[in-house]
Amino acid sequence: MKQPDNALNRRSFLKISTLAGGGLLIGINWMTACQPEGAGAGVDRAAAAAADFVDMNAHIKIADNGWITLMSPNPELGQGVKTSMPLIVAEELDADWDRVLVEQAPLDTDAYERQVAGGSYSIRSTWDALRQAGATVRKMMIDAAAERWEVDAAQCSTDESEVIHPDGEQTIGYGELLSDIANMEVPEEVTLKEPEEYKLLGTWIPSVDSQEIVIGAPIFGSDTRREGMLYAMVVRPPAFGQTLGSVDDSAAKNTPGVKDVVTFDNKVAVLAESTWQAKKGRDALRIQWKNPEKLDNTSEHFERFRELVAQAPDEPKRKNGNAEQALAGAATIIEGVYEAPFLPHNPMEPMNFFAHVREDGVELYGPTQTPARARKDVSDRLGIPEAKIEVMMPNQGGGFGRRLYTDFALDAAVVSQMANAPVNVIWTREDDMTAGIYRPAGLYSYRAGLNEQGELIAWHLRAAAANTGNGTLPNNFPAGAVPNFQVDFHRLDSHVTTGAWRAPNHNFVAYAEESFLDEIAHAAGKDPVQFRLELLDQARNNPTGEVEYDIDRYRKVIERVAEMAGWGKQGENGIYKGIGTHFSYGSYIAQVADVSVENGNIIVHKVYCAVDCGTLINRAGAENQIEGGIMDGLGHAMFAEQILQNGVPQNDNFDSYRLLRMREAPEIEVDFIKNTLRPEGLGEPGLPPTGGAVANAVFEATGKRMRKQPFVSNQLLG
Amino acid sequence: MASFSLNVNGKTRQVDVDPDTPLLWVLRDNLGLVGTKYGCGIAQCGTCTVHLNGAPVRSCTLPVSSVGSGEVATIEGLSENGDHPVQLAWKEADTPQCGYCQPGQIMQAVALLRNIPNPTDEDINNSMSSVLCRCGTYARIRKAIHLAAEKGGNL
Repeated sequence: MKQPDNALNRRSFLKISTLAGGGLLIGINWMTACQPEGAGAGVDRAAAAAADFVDMNAHIKIADNGWITLMSPNPELGQGVKTSMPLIVAEELDADWDRVLVEQAPLDTDAYERQVAGGSYSIRSTWDALRQAGATVRKMMIDAAAERWEVDAAQCSTDESEVIHPDGEQTIGYGELLSDIANMEVPEEVTLKEPEEYKLLGTWIPSVDSQEIVIGAPIFGSDTRREGMLYAMVVRPPAFGQTLGSVDDSAAKNTPGVKDVVTFDNKVAVLAESTWQAKKGRDALRIQWKNPEKLDNTSEHFERFRELVAQAPDEPKRKNGNAEQALAGAATIIEGVYEAPFLPHNPMEPMNFFAHVREDGVELYGPTQTPARARKDVSDRLGIPEAKIEVMMPNQGGGFGRRLYTDFALDAAVVSQMANAPVNVIWTREDDMTAGIYRPAGLYSYRAGLNEQGELIAWHLRAAAANTGNGTLPNNFPAGAVPNFQVDFHRLDSHVTTGAWRAPNHNFVAYAEESFLDEIAHAAGKDPVQFRLELLDQARNNPTGEVEYDIDRYRKVIERVAEMAGWGKQGENGIYKGIGTHFSYGSYIAQVADVSVENGNIIVHKVYCAVDCGTLINRAGAENQIEGGIMDGLGHAMFAEQILQNGVPQNDNFDSYRLLRMREAPEIEVDFIKNTLRPEGLGEPGLPPTGGAVANAVFEATGKRMRKQPFVSNQLLG
Repeated sequence: MASFSLNVNGKTRQVDVDPDTPLLWVLRDNLGLVGTKYGCGIAQCGTCTVHLNGAPVRSCTLPVSSVGSGEVATIEGLSENGDHPVQLAWKEADTPQCGYCQPGQIMQAVALLRNIPNPTDEDINNSMSSVLCRCGTYARIRKAIHLAAEKGGNL
């Protein structure tokens, strides 16, 4: 937390009431006074700090010296919105990016829409509002300058935070026009830029946080240090389904540095003066846990999944034609059963949260993908009105869906209230990896039928998975391209807590269906790329039921990636190629993996990726998201699983739970299809196609199917 | 509790902590040097990498009592303004996503480049595989290390 500059804050506040447009900023809370963080690498912090900023709207502050602060409303956890969202405002504002500062906005549901990091939705949900915010202020600047010059506003233009006179010579900086617009009406209608007018969007803009990151600045939640703050560690039941029995905290309380021990919700928290003392105090607790019900075992889960997929559910998720009948009459039947393990999220920064519950209100500060939900849940739990709870988000060391939940924020708030102290709750890696909300385990049983001509006439997926499951996405490609098509789902209730994990629903089913499509293509004697293109033709020319994907956009990424990867040659220099495609979060992605298998080890040399995400916002960030998604999809498909024995997660740290490392990281080549459509999601769509692409390449190399994740659990030797 | 005199980033710092406290937590909780991050606590992820007498070590499993008069260097000691050649390369390649592991990556990379000024991809694999990045920035880390090697400068 940086120190507020109160003088600057007061000056800004006085002017707010007269200047509002594109969303109101009413009131100032403690965080708007924080020093803004620099945008460009060459930001002159001294000049920026001296600036007198005026709030134009919820997104924009302009200083009299020409510096502009753009607010970033959504949580930043590595997906790059702190750069890309302000970049959209800057584009329409025609701001000089080298004189832009970016500041994280606190939770403010009056000023901003949907301050959530999830569903690859930040840009998609705010694109219009961000453009409008920038364009409105740009128009006001033009009108003010035109009035000063006594010229036609329509003849004026803007560039790099300046209005340009119709003569093309004279200019006036936005900062110099602040007094002129103080009494101006906020225009209701503004013209947005045409795509060919973009100067910033689609270019390579490095992250606004890179300076802070490379110097190790205290920008993360776990870096929070406050006067009187205690560090807390919490013990949770070691097995899912267990409850708290007796607690002997005498040794814990005698541990040096330990200040308090509190018990709540089947948990025990130890508060101490340092992290290590809190951990030693926690280790000294003597707790008896109770097992009220039978505990979960991975082997039993999969037995039950197999039993379930042998049964018909009450209602299919999608049904076109009659898949069972068509299968009965098919010339060739292809079957494949795919297995998905539970997966913990494992962001590099384990869960943590700071809370200070005071008499007059609550301060929450910590990594969360859903600050509004954190506020509501804390309000409900503590019985304190939401209006008295302020929430601010630091930078977050990854999330991958885990920080959509609020258990860690609630822990901090409850412990702070019980101990009557500002508290930073710190999770160890073991806490983080064993506390659940995993990607649900499941089993996906596919059957397909070909007719005498080798055409795909039937597709039947029957899946079973823990709790709400991990998605069957019944309308995914090839739905619409198969005349007899059915998707069924069975739920298996489990004590293991499950939830959204990067590309929820898509992350596993994409791999399974792309692998199974490959199985069908081979059974039909067709090239896997050509087979997919033929299915897309079928969906266009003779669709069955709803077709929820854009056939042209889908087709184009497949054709493009085939071209990039030199598709068609297998085994050249020992390299085999596999394709995986998927449409998710609005974006169309196709990938080809170059793989060799040596001594039973899968080596992924390169992944080619063609992306249609509509309008490209920031090339640097977009490529980073796709690269990260591919590494993530690859690493988890290859190595990762969480196993339960008597309810206890067996993998609790990186010695037993394997993540992708540098030596396993492939080269990646990304290409974006150019178009001017609305921008779509990018934080998640890169991940789903990778597992299938790699599995299909492994088949080309070895003739063996990777039907189970992690791939290392499939036998490739012998 | 015991008193220790540590040499951190060229300065002598006194701390009064339990002798088994890992250097990581002394840096973070006692000395306010929070640039060094916790990731696993068992020397598996490399997020907590600092230099001890010039060599990369995992500070999460290094008891403060074993540091003695050794020279400890953290990310904060690399440069005043983020202009160390490796930091500059990191920014130029737009390497970070969430950024949490990057101080550890940078400290590991600095040690690598001091040993091998022009590392091959194989050298990079061997050294950098000790530091995990959950966001998957490996391709850019590799690029940034090559960039830093090309540009040279005082490591």
